[in-house]
Amino acid sequence: MSDLWRLTAHEAHEGLRTRQFSAVELTQSTLDRIDAVEGAVHAFITPTPELARQQAEEADRRFASGTATPLTGIPVGVKDLIVTGGVQTTAGSRILEGFNPPFDSHVYEQIRRAGAVMVGKTNLDEFAMGSSTEHSAYGPTHNPWNLELVPGGSSGGSAAAVAAGECIISLGSDTGGSIRQPAALCGVVGFDPTYGRVSRYGIVAFGSSLDQVGPIGRDVRDAATMLDAIGGHDPRDSTSNPEPMPDLRQYLGQDIRGLRVGVPREYFGYGIEDGVRASVEKAIATLESLGCTVDRELSLPSTEHALAVYYLIAPSEASANLARYDGVRYGFSDRDASTMWENIEHTRGSGFGAEVKRRIMLGTYALSAGYYDAYYKKAQQVRTVIHREFEEAFKRYDVIVTPTSPTVAFPIGAKTDDPYAMYLNDIFTLPSAVTGLPAISLPCGLSDNLPVGVQVIGNFFDEGSVLRVAHALETAIGFANRLPEIAPGTP
Amino acid sequence: MNLSPEDVKHIALLARVRLDDSEVERLSEQLSSILDHFAALAAVDTEGVEPTAHPLPLANVMREDSVSPSLPREDVLRNAPATEDGYIRVRAVLE
Repeated sequence: MSDLWRLTAHEAHEGLRTRQFSAVELTQSTLDRIDAVEGAVHAFITPTPELARQQAEEADRRFASGTATPLTGIPVGVKDLIVTGGVQTTAGSRILEGFNPPFDSHVYEQIRRAGAVMVGKTNLDEFAMGSSTEHSAYGPTHNPWNLELVPGGSSGGSAAAVAAGECIISLGSDTGGSIRQPAALCGVVGFDPTYGRVSRYGIVAFGSSLDQVGPIGRDVRDAATMLDAIGGHDPRDSTSNPEPMPDLRQYLGQDIRGLRVGVPREYFGYGIEDGVRASVEKAIATLESLGCTVDRELSLPSTEHALAVYYLIAPSEASANLARYDGVRYGFSDRDASTMWENIEHTRGSGFGAEVKRRIMLGTYALSAGYYDAYYKKAQQVRTVIHREFEEAFKRYDVIVTPTSPTVAFPIGAKTDDPYAMYLNDIFTLPSAVTGLPAISLPCGLSDNLPVGVQVIGNFFDEGSVLRVAHALETAIGFANRLPEIAPGTP
Repeated sequence: MNLSPEDVKHIALLARVRLDDSEVERLSEQLSSILDHFAALAAVDTEGVEPTAHPLPLANVMREDSVSPSLPREDVLRNAPATEDGYIRVRAVLE
């Protein structure tokens, strides 16, 4: 049993339950895999092998005592935006280097309670601001399918770790596409649930009306299993949805005949690559062959405005949320300054990276006197218009299916000098993000040997329909848990 | 939209971020160009449309007004850059 790290979580659970191997062996296999490929991939900011071994021993005791859950003993990566008590949490920023949180986030509490094994904190664009993981203060992550390419972002470390076999499932966060786009570029499944489904307690805040934690896994079942563990009401987050979450695994393996699928025509423009279009068209044809009613006449005309709406609202919220990093209470502090204001300005000037400063500046401008109505308020009004278009569409469709990203993975360095070109990566994930709808990305094929993602968007709190369609599609396509070969000895 | 280097310096002051001259220059170009891309928003008819601040119709979420323990002081202070006698030490606020 040398390749245990290749298993999905449900396969591994079966092996653990029937005592074919122990959680300690499964974890060791994953840690060995990390040793072999992490130098090439750099998916982690902080690996936690010792903690993982302890948690694996605890997991084996739970299997012995009959208190195991589907996540018990499963090696998990946690995006370094998620607060983990006693384990450095940096948000990918120099300003939080060495920050050792005195408390746990809700989601970390939940996966610990479920008995998961944390193997490390994964890399991300600083404060989740980016689409390539190149904006991390700790260096870029490399795409396991081709190490010269980006893994997407901002949860690039979480997606790359799952694709490279460095963990079986991971946690990411999605503000404008940060779970779905890297999942697409790394050939894995990423699920951004309805806003409010998962508590944001202990998530380093970026855009508070947009941020949502979700799973990245090697198949739809693993994603559903993780969401089952982390979702549900938490009174510590007042935006957490008070309704209880249904058992999501009941939606897997269901017939999807007769389901109504809308395919909005606006999602096939914006420089979409031919290979991406072809793979997604094939997935749509597969849905038809599975008995869905596919309507290609759907139009969501405000799609084109989602980018401006998002890149005004998210930076505005970020400029307020990031005001807390002042070098006074925690994190990096420029101690050479002599006055309080100098201390704050210098700390922020050298503690934040270029993209974070750009967004703080953009947000501060959009909120400043004289520009608030023209930018921030206008963006919020157009957000309402986008919301209404989806609301109308979901009267006629059960799900909406689109490409996840207009392109496959692109070379490291290709877009870092052109912020707007980088923003365009998110064009197909932004409309549902600003609306708060649940959306999953799953691999639907390869283009030039690189994975392509198809996105399934559902109505508010209808994760069930999203999972039904995604699971049926995944089964028909047969791409689940396909892992790339990583050339041995690559730098 | 043209954001001059002076505008950038003013915003940087509001945001309390120190920028060097080359950053001011670059941000003046980049932010101007990004805002140009956003100009199309002005053409969307939003007459009478309520702004959306939040995706869910939740308002005034209340909890019981009950006392619960806070984080232990020493745990919180452990991350502070400078402390003294159980307090966080800061630079002089007044000259």
